[in-house]
Amino acid sequence: MTDQGIGASVKRKEDLRFITGNGRYVDDINRPGQSYAVFVRSPHAHARIKGIDMSAAKAAPGVLGIFTGDDLARDKVGGLICGWMIHSKDGTPMKAGPHPALAQGKVRYVGDHVAVVIAETLNQARDAAELVSVDYEPLAAVVDLGAAQAAGQPQVHDEAPANTVYQWHLGDKDATDAAFAKAAHVTKIDLVNNRLVPNAMEPRAAIGEYDFGADSFTLYTTSQNPHVARLVLSAFIGIAPENKLRVIAPDVGGGFGSKIFIYAEETVCVWASRKVRRPVKWTADRSEAFLADAHGRDHLTTAELALDADGNALALRAKTKANLGAYLSTFASSVPTYLYAPLLSGQYNIPAIYCEVDGVYTTTTPVDAYRGAGRPEATFVVERLMEVAARETGRDPAEFRRKNFIRAFPHQTPVIMAYDAGDYEACLDKALEMADMKGFAQRKAASAKAGKLRGVGYSAYIEACGIAPSRAVGSLGAGVGLWESAEMRVNPIGTVEVLTGSHSHGQGHETTFAQVVSSKLGIPIDQVTIVHGDTDKVQMGMGTYGSRSGAVGASAIVKAADKVIAKGKRVAAACMEVPEDSVDFAEGSFSARGTNKKMTFGEVALQAYVAHKFDSEEIEPGLKEGSFYDPKNFTFPSGVHVAEIEIDMETGVTRIDRWTAVDDFGILINPMIVEGQVHGGIAQGVGQAMLEGAVYNSDGQLVTGSFMDYCMPRADDVPSFNVAMSSTPCPSNPLGVKGCGEAGAIAAPAALINAITDALGHEDIAMPATPQAVWRAIQKMPRKQAAE
Amino acid sequence: MYAFEYARPSSIAEASALLKANPEAKLLAGGQTLLPAMKLRLASPSDLVDLGGLADMRGIAVKDGALVIGAMTTHAAIAESADVAATVPGFAAVAEGIGDPHVRNRGTIGGSLANNDPSADYPAAVLALGASIVTNTRTLSADDFITGLFSTALEDGEIITAISIPAPQSFIYVKMPNPASRFALVGVAVARAAGGVRVAVTGAGGDGAYRWSEAETALAANFSPAALDGIKADPAMMIADLHAAADYRAHLVGVIARRAVAG
Repeated sequence: MTDQGIGASVKRKEDLRFITGNGRYVDDINRPGQSYAVFVRSPHAHARIKGIDMSAAKAAPGVLGIFTGDDLARDKVGGLICGWMIHSKDGTPMKAGPHPALAQGKVRYVGDHVAVVIAETLNQARDAAELVSVDYEPLAAVVDLGAAQAAGQPQVHDEAPANTVYQWHLGDKDATDAAFAKAAHVTKIDLVNNRLVPNAMEPRAAIGEYDFGADSFTLYTTSQNPHVARLVLSAFIGIAPENKLRVIAPDVGGGFGSKIFIYAEETVCVWASRKVRRPVKWTADRSEAFLADAHGRDHLTTAELALDADGNALALRAKTKANLGAYLSTFASSVPTYLYAPLLSGQYNIPAIYCEVDGVYTTTTPVDAYRGAGRPEATFVVERLMEVAARETGRDPAEFRRKNFIRAFPHQTPVIMAYDAGDYEACLDKALEMADMKGFAQRKAASAKAGKLRGVGYSAYIEACGIAPSRAVGSLGAGVGLWESAEMRVNPIGTVEVLTGSHSHGQGHETTFAQVVSSKLGIPIDQVTIVHGDTDKVQMGMGTYGSRSGAVGASAIVKAADKVIAKGKRVAAACMEVPEDSVDFAEGSFSARGTNKKMTFGEVALQAYVAHKFDSEEIEPGLKEGSFYDPKNFTFPSGVHVAEIEIDMETGVTRIDRWTAVDDFGILINPMIVEGQVHGGIAQGVGQAMLEGAVYNSDGQLVTGSFMDYCMPRADDVPSFNVAMSSTPCPSNPLGVKGCGEAGAIAAPAALINAITDALGHEDIAMPATPQAVWRAIQKMPRKQAAE
Repeated sequence: MYAFEYARPSSIAEASALLKANPEAKLLAGGQTLLPAMKLRLASPSDLVDLGGLADMRGIAVKDGALVIGAMTTHAAIAESADVAATVPGFAAVAEGIGDPHVRNRGTIGGSLANNDPSADYPAAVLALGASIVTNTRTLSADDFITGLFSTALEDGEIITAISIPAPQSFIYVKMPNPASRFALVGVAVARAAGGVRVAVTGAGGDGAYRWSEAETALAANFSPAALDGIKADPAMMIADLHAAADYRAHLVGVIARRAVAG
């Protein structure tokens, strides 16, 4: 037994190397003979490529090669893929245009890849890239999501008429319409879910290297899922078979979804390394990251909630346009469909739900999963509807939510999900108390006296994490299974290496997974090393996103540990000369029931390897076990966040005065790390609600292309968070964990906008609620209130 | 960044000669604007003339009741200076509010004024304080020095050597930061001195930092926030961008000016 196991807030093992500058990121890696790639990017949102003159660039000093889409096509390098098939409501498969790694014929967004220049030094590559002369015939841009499907709009891809990739739906339309027809009250709102730029601290990077001796490639890449990258690069893009392609994702400095995807840059670097016979390195600068990292969210939604006379929810209806950008990124199609609409029941008993989603091409950067991926969008719809419905019907927003909470589990929603456990009322009660809602009226009065507006907003969110049961997602169109693997290698002296297909890029797996092992095997976490991020070490895995690593990745480790313990019992039984079924394992020791015979875990490990005391025909030597864990259900973290804000009426500046979060993540492996995830998530949600927003002008130029104009949250934008837990164990996995990585970003936007609209007394404000937007909303306040 | 020649002169005269000899040369002071622009290949000077070796351009002193700040003095040094705190404490606050610690420890007052970014803080401060800009050839009033957006009265080969600020009765600078860049969305500096009240605005004016004469007149008669109630900045004069359209900026000029007067 150790005090470092599940539930202990031990310090993160990885932090010593990170805070002392000893992390090893892709850009820290330099290979002998390395060359540098610079991408020639489109300055136009939409243009035909009439010609590319590379003569001056090819003659520039240090240039090793310049390649275009034609070169990739000649080598039969396939295009980038979208791995989730969505069918429209008429049954037709989604209509996707090709997505070549380097443009062929047309460019479709500012930053689209036209050519790559590879040179001896980075500056030489940059100089030569400026000499590549591309003859563009500019075409009209398609920027406005609301208008992109209208007749007469320019076509982004010929394959998708009216720029419509799919017209998907979920739920029972007739039942929903019938419920609306008999409703006593209908609340209807229009919502904009703003476009976000992920901005991980570490920009994306790649090094491709071809070994002529071994005829094999190595790709170092900033990936959240190196095995998926290898699978896609091998099976779909056709770089090399899997046994000839090693993908390494070393320390990765944040992903938030943006490093799930398989992009043009790493594809080109690894392919080009054989062409130029040199390792090829590319590291994005921040300007490139703004243009070429997949963006997040970008929805227009009209949503309605039907209530009976008592305030019970009868039905929810939503129609959403989702901007998918210029090409379908790796999981783009799934985010506004199966990761979105199945969450529209929120924490509430809503008998009928119907949701329609149009996936739309525009000449903008591709849009894909970003922290929360579909679930923040759903939560924003549900929690804005609940808040507005409560206000419209004169009900207290907290009590209105309570009235409609689901109380019995399991609960089958009308939109796929079967919630397995939760106690929504417990979270609400605790949050109301911690937020001191009894004192709110007094605080509001004090603010008014100082000429300020005060408001409070709730967000009772639910999310589906632990993605996902492979068969279930396969039936919904996923191209892959979403299990996870673990291999536990016990060394002869009882130290343990765990190879996991999960990938840590800030989550702290080296600590939390070691804690799981510590609890299972009764050994200190220092005796456990977590290995991840290298396809030559870890056989296969599905990576980290969707808050899946605890629920799925750690469950695989539990399963492997159970196998190790079972094998250990056989070895121990032989060594102690007792029947196998009399051996117990607890607190790091194997003991023979009814005797005083006992062996430590380390002693059994040693005996397993020396193999002197058992018949090798009956028991194989060694102690190493692997597992694949496929979850039987999603997990359903939930919680209640309460934001309280104060608005300076003269400037429109909103100050967050207090933030209360009560979350149900099931069992916590490391409460300190969980709390850190909540903090980071809330900060990102605050960013979406008040600060961040990618803006394109009508020509398709990204106006917010740097931190001078794109506002990331800073420490002084957020208050000290008041965070607590209210846990119901998850019955669907052996650890009882639910996942915590996205919750804050899911909960926060609705809480904040609900608070701001509460203060304003009207609903007319979109995200991001910047000082200017809030000031304009203040001008629209009813005169009487403004005077108060 | 493109390749460039680098020189580190040991006298102001040598620096001036180098600047005059190369029309594409740029002075390097703290480099907090120039170097990022060069890294982005938005600026490509042929030569950088680094003023970092000129010790006599750094330092803060009080002479004849005026605060004299060497042009190569960093924002951090100004923020921490006892002389500044004793003579024009509000000016230390201006310096402390610039950028972040990295910028404040590298960036210099001379570099910032020579660049005259329309959203920078010093231009409004020196206008309100009636400061003098001392160069290697002459002394200019702040009013004469600041001529427009990123534009000053500096001539070829002319180098700011110091800024001289007559001690005011009171001085305060209040800014509403751009949420993203934290430059001034609107910044208003208000000074009272023997010569009267001076009000200057940065971040807002379409032609850069400017004196707000209507506000000065009103405050000269009645130095109180209420004196500004009837005075409105003209939206037609304002910068308009994503963060603040002209009407909002014009409104903010009034709000921030009242707050500056209120202290």
